[in-house]
Amino acid sequence: MEFGLSEEQVLLQDSVNRFLSDQVPLDEVRKIASGEKSDTGIWQGLTEQGIPGLLIPEAQGGVGLGYLDTAIVAECLGHHVTPSPFLSTAVIAPVALLAAGGQEDLLAGIAAGNSRVGIAFGEALGARADAGVSVSDGKINGKSIFVMDGNADHYLIADSNQHLYLVSANADGLERGNLTTIDATRSTCQLIYNDVTAAPISNDANVFIQALDIGRVMQAADTLGAAQCMLDQSVTYAMQRKQFNRVIASFQAVKHMCADMAANIEPCRSFVWYAGFALDDIPDDRRLVSCQVKAHLQDVGKFVSKVATEVHGGMGFTDLVGLHYWFKRIGANRQLLGSPEMLREEAARIQDLAA
Amino acid sequence: MDLSFGKQYEDFRGEVRQFVDSHKDKQPGGYDGAPTPKEWQQTLIEHGYTARTIPKEYGGFGAQPDIIESRIITEEFGRVQMNTGLGGQGISMLTPMLLERGTEAQQQEFIPPTIRGDISWCQGYSEPGSGSDLASLSTKAELDGDEWVINGQKIWTSSAHIADWIFCLVRTEPDAQKHQGISFLLFKMDTPGIEVRPLVDMTMKANFNEVFFTDVRVPKDQIVGKRGEGWLVANSILGFERGSLAPPDAAQARLNALINLMKSETMNGQPLMANTQFRERLMKIQGRIMAMNYNDMRLLSARLNEGQDAKLAGMIVKLQGTELRHELEGLAIDIMGEIGLSFDDNPYVRGDGSWQRHYMYYLGLIIGGGTNKIQRNIISERGLGMPKEPKVEAK
Repeated sequence: MEFGLSEEQVLLQDSVNRFLSDQVPLDEVRKIASGEKSDTGIWQGLTEQGIPGLLIPEAQGGVGLGYLDTAIVAECLGHHVTPSPFLSTAVIAPVALLAAGGQEDLLAGIAAGNSRVGIAFGEALGARADAGVSVSDGKINGKSIFVMDGNADHYLIADSNQHLYLVSANADGLERGNLTTIDATRSTCQLIYNDVTAAPISNDANVFIQALDIGRVMQAADTLGAAQCMLDQSVTYAMQRKQFNRVIASFQAVKHMCADMAANIEPCRSFVWYAGFALDDIPDDRRLVSCQVKAHLQDVGKFVSKVATEVHGGMGFTDLVGLHYWFKRIGANRQLLGSPEMLREEAARIQDLAA
Repeated sequence: MDLSFGKQYEDFRGEVRQFVDSHKDKQPGGYDGAPTPKEWQQTLIEHGYTARTIPKEYGGFGAQPDIIESRIITEEFGRVQMNTGLGGQGISMLTPMLLERGTEAQQQEFIPPTIRGDISWCQGYSEPGSGSDLASLSTKAELDGDEWVINGQKIWTSSAHIADWIFCLVRTEPDAQKHQGISFLLFKMDTPGIEVRPLVDMTMKANFNEVFFTDVRVPKDQIVGKRGEGWLVANSILGFERGSLAPPDAAQARLNALINLMKSETMNGQPLMANTQFRERLMKIQGRIMAMNYNDMRLLSARLNEGQDAKLAGMIVKLQGTELRHELEGLAIDIMGEIGLSFDDNPYVRGDGSWQRHYMYYLGLIIGGGTNKIQRNIISERGLGMPKEPKVEAK
């Protein structure tokens, strides 16, 4: 019995963390968040590490690793608030395309870092602000909002039946507009469709749900990394900042805030590991664990992002320290792909506890 | 990642399961021919399901320590809520400590009757003036010829009113630094000069006692370890206690009971499970329990596999586990509304009153066994490397 990361997984974690520490320091994140630079350079770098093709089999140009491996990478990206289309292009799109079959060229393109696939799932989960899509005779009409990745070349779109369609970003009749959100580390857009030609990908809602579940686990892992980094920064700051002739880390009030963060984060690490492992090896657990791990991580993430900011005092509130990038990353993860209340209701339904 | 225990252990699980299934109707209980608790204890020892790793010469089963075997026994007994034999602090705490620190004579004298249930123990640690700062304890023992003479008071002493013996921390070296001035004594509870007063707590039961010592005379050799080593001896046992206060599998069993309650209990003819707010809170607790279960798997794994670091994961169990249970029991009360207020002989009481009783009892555990505020100090200092508060000089 061994519940933990293998040597290979620790190596993977170390190498991704090293790359991100070197190549994506906070200054770089700021440049991308402010629009001064695009995230393509980072994605190119991550492609050299094999990241876009993690879940794509070797025969199709990828690396063919497992879900726990992928969760480890997601955690690293969250830790460094890395601007990248990882969740959409490296996770949700390949999972859906592989489950549906076909689209070999696109999968190879993703693995090679040449294609980015944005994800427009929001309307299949709960359409807001009169958005929604309809498809007939191979033409798509309507609107998707809060679509992941404003810089993609393809979009995977779910309709209200949870059927999936693929459109090209430069298709005739497609109007793309960026949407500013609190989280500037990852771009978000809306898509307006006027008789846009759509390739049918899947008529099986299970394909959608599988991609969604796996996306949720990876999002939870991203939040775990971000929350851990906020705790690390809090402890470091508290050990340096002096008031009343003492480092503030020696005040019980500050220590207890940090202890509460650690006490909440530590079981999350095991939860994320288990969730990644369940995706690989325990298919019966997939649905419940995916809903619960994201719901729980978002609660812990929200708590940590508030308390870590408090530990930093006034500086935590400023742009100078930049802690808000983590705060906002966690905030965005909380709402996308299902808020905690939605996920818990889904968890109850999965267990036949809700009508 | 590998969550299986392997074939050898699955065979062992089969044996345990066979025992459990064939003895389900042979446990102690209120029926004709039921074994007494001591007889049942003997049956369990013979099969190696309690006192498993206690050497045969001390009346145990004599198996090598094996974490997975112990885990399997716990799981299989827990599956059918099987009686796990005698408990108490003599078996769970004193016996492992004597095996570590006791003399051969002490091991022979005390371990066999303790695990048989012939003598029961209470633990004399906390004092009215020494709670979180336990090492400041002031009950003193002075040597007079061949006897210790003990004066002082203990509090929070579970089972003192029924225990035959006490293992007790006393100050024997008043001039030494506080941690080095303590010794660990064993003595009989019917020794003249001991008075036990029940301490009724908020559950309106006397779960604890106060114990007063006035010139209690105890033979000199009834000391474990040397003079002044009592703190070392006690500390290894306290570490043991903290982890066992809030096991996640017990939380899982209570969650299942809560789910059943929400299905069977109704408001306006509708099951409480149909209420979205109640359901939301239930699912939220379930998520927290799942996190603690996987944390527990990680801890088990770290004990089995060298080099896995789970130090912080272990430190947070008492804090998180007790808070979680308090909240879980409180949720059951909330969903029942005024029915949840029922206590004792109230005909509307549910689950034998366990929801209210546990709700209060777990508040006690949030305070006891090293308060959760002290746990936060430990986590921040030993887990996160933050400094201690500057000490205030004693006057």
